Amino acid sequence: MANETDAAFCALPGTPASVPERFQETRVMREIVQSAHTIAIVGLSPSELRASYFVGFYLQRHGYRIVPVNPNESEILGETSYPSLTAIPFPVDVVDVFRKPSAVPAIAAEAVQIGARALWLQFGVVSLEGAEIAERGGLKVVMDRCLKVEHARHMGRMHWFGLNTGVVSARRE
Amino acid sequence: MNGHAEHEFDGQARTFGFETRAVHAGQRPDPYTGASALPIFQTSAFVFEDTDSAAAYFNLQEYGNIYSRIMNPTVAAFEERIASLEGGAGAVAFSSGLAAQLAAFYTLLQPGDHIVASQAIYGGSIAQFKHVFGRLSVDVTLVNPDEASAWEAAIRPTTKALFGETIGNPSGNILDIRTVAGIAHAHGIPLIVDNTFATPYLCRPIEWGADIVVHSATKFIDGHGTSIGGVVVDAGGFDWGNGRFPGIAEPSEEYHGLAFHETFGVYGYLMKLRAETLRDLGAALAPFNAFLYTLGLETLPVRMERHVRNAEGVARFLAAHPMVERVRYAGLPGNPYYTLAQQYVPRGAGSVFAFDLKGDRNTGQRFIEGLSLWRHLANVGDTKSLVIHPASTTHRQLGDAELAASGVAPGTVRLSVGLESLDDLTWDLERGLAAARAGTAGRAAAPALEEKEGERTHG
Repeated sequence: MANETDAAFCALPGTPASVPERFQETRVMREIVQSAHTIAIVGLSPSELRASYFVGFYLQRHGYRIVPVNPNESEILGETSYPSLTAIPFPVDVVDVFRKPSAVPAIAAEAVQIGARALWLQFGVVSLEGAEIAERGGLKVVMDRCLKVEHARHMGRMHWFGLNTGVVSARRE
Repeated sequence: MNGHAEHEFDGQARTFGFETRAVHAGQRPDPYTGASALPIFQTSAFVFEDTDSAAAYFNLQEYGNIYSRIMNPTVAAFEERIASLEGGAGAVAFSSGLAAQLAAFYTLLQPGDHIVASQAIYGGSIAQFKHVFGRLSVDVTLVNPDEASAWEAAIRPTTKALFGETIGNPSGNILDIRTVAGIAHAHGIPLIVDNTFATPYLCRPIEWGADIVVHSATKFIDGHGTSIGGVVVDAGGFDWGNGRFPGIAEPSEEYHGLAFHETFGVYGYLMKLRAETLRDLGAALAPFNAFLYTLGLETLPVRMERHVRNAEGVARFLAAHPMVERVRYAGLPGNPYYTLAQQYVPRGAGSVFAFDLKGDRNTGQRFIEGLSLWRHLANVGDTKSLVIHPASTTHRQLGDAELAASGVAPGTVRLSVGLESLDDLTWDLERGLAAARAGTAGRAAAPALEEKEGERTHG
């Protein structure tokens, strides 16, 4: 896909060859999804038909506090929208990014600055430079994966739609 | 891909094998009751938690059960299991194999579009392409699947998909999936493969480049001849946003302008297949049938091993018999498809194949009547061994010239080799062949074929 457009997609096939495995580890993704409370979504659209809105709406329904980061909006999903990560006046656990890859290094630097614990880049958003900045700052990094899909796979009801969660378990939940 | 997510147990990552997924994928212990076997959710509809949830389900913003024409948890367990075994992103089940095939195409076609299909496929599929697709103003070109140039030459600007069967019915031809997928992708269109005869145990077309896999689940997935059903599996890798598929990429009138490809990406085709095609065509799979299919899949690996072992034994027996003109089994050395079979179905070329008796239509009929263990019926993929004589049943309306054009000889017999003792199967075949030979030697002719009712049905 075109790398210099903002990520409109929730779940496009990404660029698997260029993404190191450690940025897509099941264990890491599940830990982030299970431990997070507050998720800032950079590039969250106010349009109900955009993938970022689907993700934000879904995560909000499942109890996460969503913090929109979009300088063009004042409120999305009933939450105050901030122009940047550094403008958010309270702690953020995860920074979820729906922006073009070239915007990621600056976002990663801000994520480090505000003390976030994880940087999550959505499908099609691949930035090794941004990942390096975040990792140096002590953040977990996930790349080219969808936060909604990973939640639905492990904790949600994606299996009700005949989608392949990959989950095999003999344990009663 | 999303197919084989690794799992972490006590700190160790693991990707489970085919046999493990055949037993477990898609079905976790029921969280509410602890039931270990798959519960049959025999319900038409599902109660909403509240009005907000109902709205989110209808808007596809949340994975929620609404109505069993669109989704059902028992059916979903089957869908996820077959998706896992085929290596796809997901699956949608239908009330028959032909319904699944129609739905797979309906989701990506518009009036004026065109598809290219192998001519060496099930006659019922060809009938659907000619008659149903014709009425929907979709044009179909049938090609010799063995010639790459024929596929290439048939593609037009309006072509939206290529279609073939892994193992062709009834001639046993093997599709060169990688080559045909390459041609499709060079033109920005998907390859759809019917994997009914091979099953994912013998061949996984997605691993060779196929984009969508369809099944008649009635056959080896069921495995016991109990239930009619079908399923569509999507690899999740095709770029529907390449400009040729406005039905998937452009805003949908049915969902307030939702663009399935943009919003759901990998799952865009599957979501449209379910939320629009299945919902609107209405060919939903019954939960009880899905329950039987999940049971069938649990034993698929062990059944298919025995199916192909028996099929190879029967094929060798027939090839050595003086009453047999030829055996069309790709697993036999010397078969024109032997090399392709070694590549695509190395564990065995399935257990459905045809052979040609020396003689005419009456010879075939006497053969059938001389059998007592093989069941004479129009289906395949059962534990029981099955037999049919196309010239007096599925193809009986055709004259000899038309028969020949469809690759069926007057003495062609199709077998579906089951799981009985191999010695018993060849013992019974020997009796049938003796009966066929006795007639050839001048016994009173069997009743005229024309006096019997027969329709072009299925199988």
